Amino acid sequence: MKYLLLKHYRGGPAPAVDFPPMDQWTPEEVDAHVQFMRDFASRLQESGEFVDMQALSAEGAFVRSGGQGRPPVTDGPFAETKDLIAGWYIVDVDSWDRAVQIAGELSAVPGPGGEPLLEWLEVRPFLGAEAPKAAG
Amino acid sequence: MNEALVRDLVPAVIGVLVRRGADFASAEDAVQEALIRALQTWPDDPPRDPKGWLVTAAWHKFVDAARAEASRQRRELAVDAEPPPGPAPAGDDTLRLYFLCAHPSLPSAAAVALTLRAVGGLTTRQIAQACLVPEATMAQRIVRAKRRIEGLPLDEHGDLATVLRVLYLVFNEGYGGDLDLAAEAIRLTRQLVALTADDPEVAGLLALMLLHHARRASRTGPGGRLVPLAEQDRSRWDTALIAEGVTILQTALARDRLGEYQAQAAIAALHADAQKAEETDWPQIVEWYDELLALTGSPVVRLNRAVAVGEADGAQAGLAALAEVGADVPRRAAVAAYLHERAGDRALAAELYAEAARAATSVQEVEYLTREAARVRQRERA
Repeated sequence: MKYLLLKHYRGGPAPAVDFPPMDQWTPEEVDAHVQFMRDFASRLQESGEFVDMQALSAEGAFVRSGGQGRPPVTDGPFAETKDLIAGWYIVDVDSWDRAVQIAGELSAVPGPGGEPLLEWLEVRPFLGAEAPKAAG
Repeated sequence: MNEALVRDLVPAVIGVLVRRGADFASAEDAVQEALIRALQTWPDDPPRDPKGWLVTAAWHKFVDAARAEASRQRRELAVDAEPPPGPAPAGDDTLRLYFLCAHPSLPSAAAVALTLRAVGGLTTRQIAQACLVPEATMAQRIVRAKRRIEGLPLDEHGDLATVLRVLYLVFNEGYGGDLDLAAEAIRLTRQLVALTADDPEVAGLLALMLLHHARRASRTGPGGRLVPLAEQDRSRWDTALIAEGVTILQTALARDRLGEYQAQAAIAALHADAQKAEETDWPQIVEWYDELLALTGSPVVRLNRAVAVGEADGAQAGLAALAEVGADVPRRAAVAAYLHERAGDRALAAELYAEAARAATSVQEVEYLTREAARVRQRERA
């Protein structure tokens, strides 16, 4: 069954990440972070659990219909939401528990000082899949 | 069996069918089906005349399909009215197919897909994989493209510049799956060079592709990290491709009909010519950018020219050239960051690298620019 792992760089139930933006880390810290993500994706590919992943630009806008075909657009970067979604993974795994385990590993990606970043990941089952918490 | 060789025949075979009275979409479908049959049967039973085989097989497929249509009578009459097939001037038909697939009425993504299918002979699945979209999406894109150009005559005079733009788009599409679109674009451009009697701009585009392609292996480091030109391992450049590109370019330039692809290829050739980054002939590169700017007036060219001026005449001169580039030109912040760092203003450079990273459109670029910002900040702290 498939799950969406949504990476909340800022935001989540109890804000845990309070690091400066990545461009203020050291080059070695950036390298370690990026390498972890690459290794992580290739491990998922090898285990056959990888479906798709995408990083998202921090730039963007909120759009909704404003009637008469003219949508109002509110520019990002969404300062008022205190949330920044950095990207997402889609995995196809045997159980909810496995999806949670993967998300936990991904959250431990190294940040400044090599410490785990501990960003929140939102784990959401795809509709049409089996009931999420049935396993175990 | 050489698949690329077989695919070379596709546009000519479509051309023959259309000349015999098939409409473009049906001809194209019939040839695709014949091609799939060829790929299945030829390994065991290679034909003596591959093109003749494909024409016959595709024609049968077309006639079968036409018979099954409700309008079969009308079609059969049209077919009957045609003179018996003789040897058609295949080269001519193929060139027209290039024009049709790159028709100005098609959006870029559709023109790219249609060119890969009708001229390149690739299957929808292969194109979808290469462009990283689902097969159903690509099938729909091709159907819509065919519908849009339906009824346009195959002999309508096309704009060669549009064809070249589409081929360059194919080249820059990158590659995914088991298909290398850059290599495919080179193959199609080679074919076009032969069809257009060595038009200098077509040759210029081929030279440009070969020169870029020659450096591809050195453009990414371990884990896919972007390696900038100055830091590339030049021993990994493909010298045979570079030599071929330079020869083609020189022949084209000798015709004295300069165009933007020749000018771009000249710049690429000057980069390829330097054994070390320090040996790059920047003053001559600036001259070529001046030519290119006169030809195109493009803001992107203006931006790249500022980089070259910075290398040739120093960071301050580069910044002065950059002042003439509009603030909304993509990658302007990255160039500004680079020039400001060289001019000694690290704090501003770090800000600009971070700004460029936020606006970058690929993961590779975001990672590269973020790391540059981190590097400059670290040096500033030290």
